[in-house]
Amino acid sequence: MSEAIHHAEARHADAHHEVGFIRHYIFSTDHKMIGKQFLAQGLTMFLVGGLLALLVRWELAWPEQPVPGFGWVPEPTMFGGIIPPETYNGFFTMHATIMIFFAVMPILVGAFGNFLIPLMIGARDMAFPLLNMLSFWVSFTAGLLMLSSFFVEGGPAAGGWTSYAPLSSVPVYTGVYMGQNLWCISLMVLGVSSLMGSINYITTVINMRAPGMSWFRLPLVIWSLFITAILLLLSLPVLTSALAMLLFDRMAGTQFFLPSGGGEPLLWQHLFWFFGHPEVYILILPAMGIASDILSVFSRKPIFGYRAMAFSMIGIAFLSWVVWGHHMFQSGMSPALGNAFMLSTMVIAVPSAIKTFNWLGTLWRGDIHFTTPMLNAIAFVSMFVIGGLSGIYMASTPVDIFIHDTYYIVAHIHYVVFGGSIFGAFAAIYYWFPKMYGRMMNETLGKIHFWLTFVFFNGTFFPMHIIGVGGHMRRIYNPTQYDFLKPIQHWNVFITICALCLGASQIIFLINFFWSLFAGKTASKNPWNANTLEWEAPTPPPHGNFPGPLPTVYRGPYEYSSPEVPEDFLPQARRLEGRRPAAAH
Amino acid sequence: MLSWLPENISSYGAQIDQLFYVIYYVTGVTFFLVQGALIAFLLMYRHREGRRATYTHGNTALEIAWTIAPAVLLVILGVVSRSVWADIKQHVPPSDVVAQITAKQFNWEIAYPGPDGKIGTEDDFTMDNELHVPVDKTVRLILKSRDVIHSFFIPQARFKQDLVPGHEIPAWFKILKPGTYEIPCAELCGFGHSGMKGTLFVHTQAEYEAWARENKAAPVGAAPANAS
Repeated sequence: MSEAIHHAEARHADAHHEVGFIRHYIFSTDHKMIGKQFLAQGLTMFLVGGLLALLVRWELAWPEQPVPGFGWVPEPTMFGGIIPPETYNGFFTMHATIMIFFAVMPILVGAFGNFLIPLMIGARDMAFPLLNMLSFWVSFTAGLLMLSSFFVEGGPAAGGWTSYAPLSSVPVYTGVYMGQNLWCISLMVLGVSSLMGSINYITTVINMRAPGMSWFRLPLVIWSLFITAILLLLSLPVLTSALAMLLFDRMAGTQFFLPSGGGEPLLWQHLFWFFGHPEVYILILPAMGIASDILSVFSRKPIFGYRAMAFSMIGIAFLSWVVWGHHMFQSGMSPALGNAFMLSTMVIAVPSAIKTFNWLGTLWRGDIHFTTPMLNAIAFVSMFVIGGLSGIYMASTPVDIFIHDTYYIVAHIHYVVFGGSIFGAFAAIYYWFPKMYGRMMNETLGKIHFWLTFVFFNGTFFPMHIIGVGGHMRRIYNPTQYDFLKPIQHWNVFITICALCLGASQIIFLINFFWSLFAGKTASKNPWNANTLEWEAPTPPPHGNFPGPLPTVYRGPYEYSSPEVPEDFLPQARRLEGRRPAAAH
Repeated sequence: MLSWLPENISSYGAQIDQLFYVIYYVTGVTFFLVQGALIAFLLMYRHREGRRATYTHGNTALEIAWTIAPAVLLVILGVVSRSVWADIKQHVPPSDVVAQITAKQFNWEIAYPGPDGKIGTEDDFTMDNELHVPVDKTVRLILKSRDVIHSFFIPQARFKQDLVPGHEIPAWFKILKPGTYEIPCAELCGFGHSGMKGTLFVHTQAEYEAWARENKAAPVGAAPANAS
């Protein structure tokens, strides 16, 4: 470890020369700039994905009616603003693909992983800064490839984000040719970016912790990003190999997924979900870490059950490898396997329950400050509870028979990924914005944005449970084609109106973000009176993060309201007089 | 929430609905306890001048309690679910009637055995999108697909099963109420996925026999010949 620090010191010494615009803002090797680049990519793609969602919602509420303002879209993508079924399938496929791979992952893992890991463990940069820069630009390329599929003949991939074979593997079944190939290639390229990023995160956390920063003094957000990186490292290659097989089936005449050539359609599902279920935890674990830190800071109270929190995340990571079959209960997989996967799925709910109780324990007898990051973190807990509880229905194999492939599943995934990951992302942006950009975000606008998002989020996604219980299938183009869905069509209208308002509410966030970027109140070094190391660095932190020697860590990250000091916080790096610093573990 | 469930018409639908109710009440109580505690803590411990948070790092007894409680509850739920699942998906009971569903973009092709009573022989009778079955009888289905994966979904019967090319998947149901019900496809299967649906006709015994007499005798190929 000490040798790694020596190297970092050496690099720090020669990094003080001024760099030009291109090296500073574009091809930067500084983890903070790379984090901001990922944030920009993620937020831009969040807007694209959100717009696609609204188009999908329009179609469901007012089927085959022209979308206002979209009359200019050329045929055959739209017909005078009317969305045809082929385009509709492309829209929801790209909505999910973009949101999962190019919005939530870049924001939570790319942006905050990069920005926070070196600062919070007390390092000058990542272990491999050049690899880090490459990781962003490869991810950027993957994003461009994915977006380019909107402009090729036949449109983008239209087989769902899960791209079940043979629908996805035989072009004639969807009528999509180049679009699906680009989808495969883009995600393979993204896999390379994720590999570079995850190797970097893992190496950095293992080797470059500041003196005194033992494993159990790491903030939970670092634990969560470390575990996420391990999941990424192990799961993405599985997706990449499945994608390679899919691409070969499409372009080289192999038949991995076609029974006529000895292939097996269910093989795709096994490979996809073997990646896909850890992926769900890749999306939620960083948000869990973020919420843990922010809840502790604004309750002015140590996190309840720190070790239980860390171990439950490790437990989730291990179990996430043995639950993939719960996506496949009705797939034709042996029903006997359903029992095993049901049991493992029931078990993985336990660590999530432990985390929830510990978050409640953190708030209990705290001194709660309702700042914007705190409101978002509380919403994360509250919404994650709903997403977790609704998951129990589909874990029960018999109940899953009915709700599988209905809007109940759509409601569940959105309570986890929007209610969980996105509220976690908003909490993180509001909380770390001052450290990233040196200015505070506006609290009033932040609270308005929070409350509107919270209300319209629930208005959009809660009724999806209801129509799901009514039997409303996912991915249908026109619900009014079914007699049994006609009595619940009014819910689709309600959901779409809420979704449009939810989309509009994000404009307030954008205004706040850009206004604060240039005109926000200048942030002090430690505006939230927090304990962790990033607040020891100047705001915003210079190249190399910590002027002078690296901070030494004397205690855990959550010493709030400690009886040892009169203030209600006790930073990790503050040495108390008359005490010997604790030895590094 | 419960009132949104479509009316159940199958023999095992009641078991599924019962499990749904059990989970509904268990998660419902958990929901109100957790959200109630959350809101109570937010109100009780909101910042006031001079308040200082209690300095505590946790409580091992509590950690053990709230690890074991949900674990026990969930495992019980798993065990109960397992037996219902086995009844529905793992054992096909002796059947009175058999039909073969072959899915294709974007229709259900439904084959009934001809006079020889066997599926897959020359005298099968096939029609698109119409499944005729007698009430109160166990119906065995053989599920296949010609192209992509589809999913045979009868909401009121609590029936859903994917149809996978290269597989012959056995399934069964017993309908308790005569009537006509929709059979949507529940798995994305291409641009015509929406609107891919058939109709389940559940006849009384007498009606069913009349329908069978009229149709089953028809040799293969008779349907197109009649059409022209």
